[in-house]
Amino acid sequence: MTRRRRLGIVGLSILGLLAGLAGVVAWLNLLGEERLGPPPPRVAASAELLARGEALTRAGDCTGCHTARGGRFLAGGRAIETPFGNVYASNLTPDPDTGLGRWSADEFWRALHHGRSKSGRLLYPAFPYPNYTRVSRVDADAMFAYLQSLPAVAQANREHTLAFPFDTQAALAVWRALYFRPAVHVDDPARSAEWNRGAYLVEGLGHCNACHSARNALGATRGTLDLQGGLIPVQNWYAPSLASPSEASVAAWPKREVVQLLKTGIAPQGFVMGPMSEVVLNSTQYLSDADLAAMATYLQALPPPTESDPPPAVVPAPSARGAALYNDHCVACHGERGEGVPGAYPALAKSRAVTMRSPANLVHIVLEGGFPPSTAGNPRPFGMPPFAPVLQDADVAELLSFLRSAWGNRAAPVSTLDVARARAGRD
Amino acid sequence: MIAGARRAALGLAALLLLATAAPALAAPFEDTLAQRLLACTGCHGPEGRAAADGYYPRIAGKPAGYLFNQLLNFRDGRRAYGLMTNLLAPLDDAYLREIAAHFAGLDLPYPPPAPLVLSAADRAAAARLVAEGDAARRLPACTTCHGATLTGTLPFVPGLVGLPRDYLNAQLGAWRNGKRIAQAPDCMAAIANQLAPEEIGRISAWLASQPVPPGAKASVGFATPMPVACGGVPTTGPGGAPR
Repeated sequence: MTRRRRLGIVGLSILGLLAGLAGVVAWLNLLGEERLGPPPPRVAASAELLARGEALTRAGDCTGCHTARGGRFLAGGRAIETPFGNVYASNLTPDPDTGLGRWSADEFWRALHHGRSKSGRLLYPAFPYPNYTRVSRVDADAMFAYLQSLPAVAQANREHTLAFPFDTQAALAVWRALYFRPAVHVDDPARSAEWNRGAYLVEGLGHCNACHSARNALGATRGTLDLQGGLIPVQNWYAPSLASPSEASVAAWPKREVVQLLKTGIAPQGFVMGPMSEVVLNSTQYLSDADLAAMATYLQALPPPTESDPPPAVVPAPSARGAALYNDHCVACHGERGEGVPGAYPALAKSRAVTMRSPANLVHIVLEGGFPPSTAGNPRPFGMPPFAPVLQDADVAELLSFLRSAWGNRAAPVSTLDVARARAGRD
Repeated sequence: MIAGARRAALGLAALLLLATAAPALAAPFEDTLAQRLLACTGCHGPEGRAAADGYYPRIAGKPAGYLFNQLLNFRDGRRAYGLMTNLLAPLDDAYLREIAAHFAGLDLPYPPPAPLVLSAADRAAAARLVAEGDAARRLPACTTCHGATLTGTLPFVPGLVGLPRDYLNAQLGAWRNGKRIAQAPDCMAAIANQLAPEEIGRISAWLASQPVPPGAKASVGFATPMPVACGGVPTTGPGGAPR
């Protein structure tokens, strides 16, 4: 065999292998899809169907991404910042040229269930179809009917600004072959109807794990069941574990307080701030008490992690400098013993928000301040001023280390470097 | 030995006192709107406050409609200041309206005016622009909308006196270079773009030097119809009825 011939065979084998791989990727991308038939004639949607569609659209927090700041409702344009570049949410109003006006219910279902656009183009998983794939066809149709009933807004979609190779359909196809399979929610007969409803909402429309789960280097979560906490890319807020008793597990709360937190944004043992504030504002406050109770049932039944964080080896005694900063800036609202004011200012003593391993949220809250959301149940929330204009990184580190070691709190200190990294959006 | 222990105990007690001493002015908790809005007064103070990273303008006593429109502008991203946008992001229109009304209702004293640093010619030019505008450039007089005493017109148009020169300069400059954006049509952007940078400097210095008349209040309703359309400010009704 000549050298050239051998090279040729090797080359052909590589090509064959590549073609085979491409075939597998393509096959995995089309797995479970049925060819779409001609669209059925449109029938007028009943008021009941539209109301159900609206509630489901709220449950999916579609507006959290698809309504730009100050923009028209669900007309798209908001940037979802990812480590790979910006993905711009699309126009969901029924405008025929820029929105979903020419879409069929089948095509909308395919977008939710298979992550494909009207043209068949693969969609980026910033659109959480790894979760929405679990939405039932009946619910998808109700959402589609509701979206089609919105006022049409002519607003062209913005091109995503992703870096190469993430901007290619081929890269997306490989990602999907690795990390995405269409799925349907199947009730677990061993569990209650309420738990199953909660599972359907939390894993599907609620897409809770889009934030409350760590992502790998390619931006994939470990599956819709994982709610073990994760740092939200770019925003750098830490979405705490919903399973860990040392983070945000609600297993030990009365169920009505879990419902209260999701309905109003505040509860006796916790407040929502930062990105979760917007989730309550745009989504969970609109859910029915029955659906919130179902979500609470599911969240309370999450198994605790098999291994818990080891307690910090050394917790230095509270520093005088930290105490002085606390007395200058915090004591008026949070109290001399970090006891807070019920319903107004959260307690800092024995607070998981204070002692949680990641200090990212504490740094955000001290620097930027904030309000819990204004909701029907808490229309005039109490606010915290931003301290970025008055505190240096070293002050913030001293103050947070004080909080984490005072009043019986026992958590590792926060360094100036931790604060600087959080400020710069890294962890 | 006992004395040593006593001294040590006293020292410890003093340290503990130091560590737990509350600031002298910690007001007791009250369930009021003012208490809920400490997040605002922390930076803005009662009368506005200059800080290392810029100027936090006075919000007390500004017209409610004006404050509400600014809260919307920050929350909805037309005005760009990250801290304000993040703070307001989770708040709905109803609460923003109450916040605006709360600060509009505060009646706090104004600081004394700044000394006037303009030449006689510049002073006259600034006073003329403020009181008469410039018909050739279709520039309306400031007083047409901001009131004959420049103390504002309820409920949407703010007063122009009682404000520091740097703040006025910065706002007119920001409108001119597109950094401050109001609801369309953005009348103040159009006006600022007609002004030369040195005119902005003169007007700001002149306005900052004017005393706020004692007991000054914003006027109710425009004396003459507004000469330009401004987004968020209804053109009909007595100074525009609150929406």
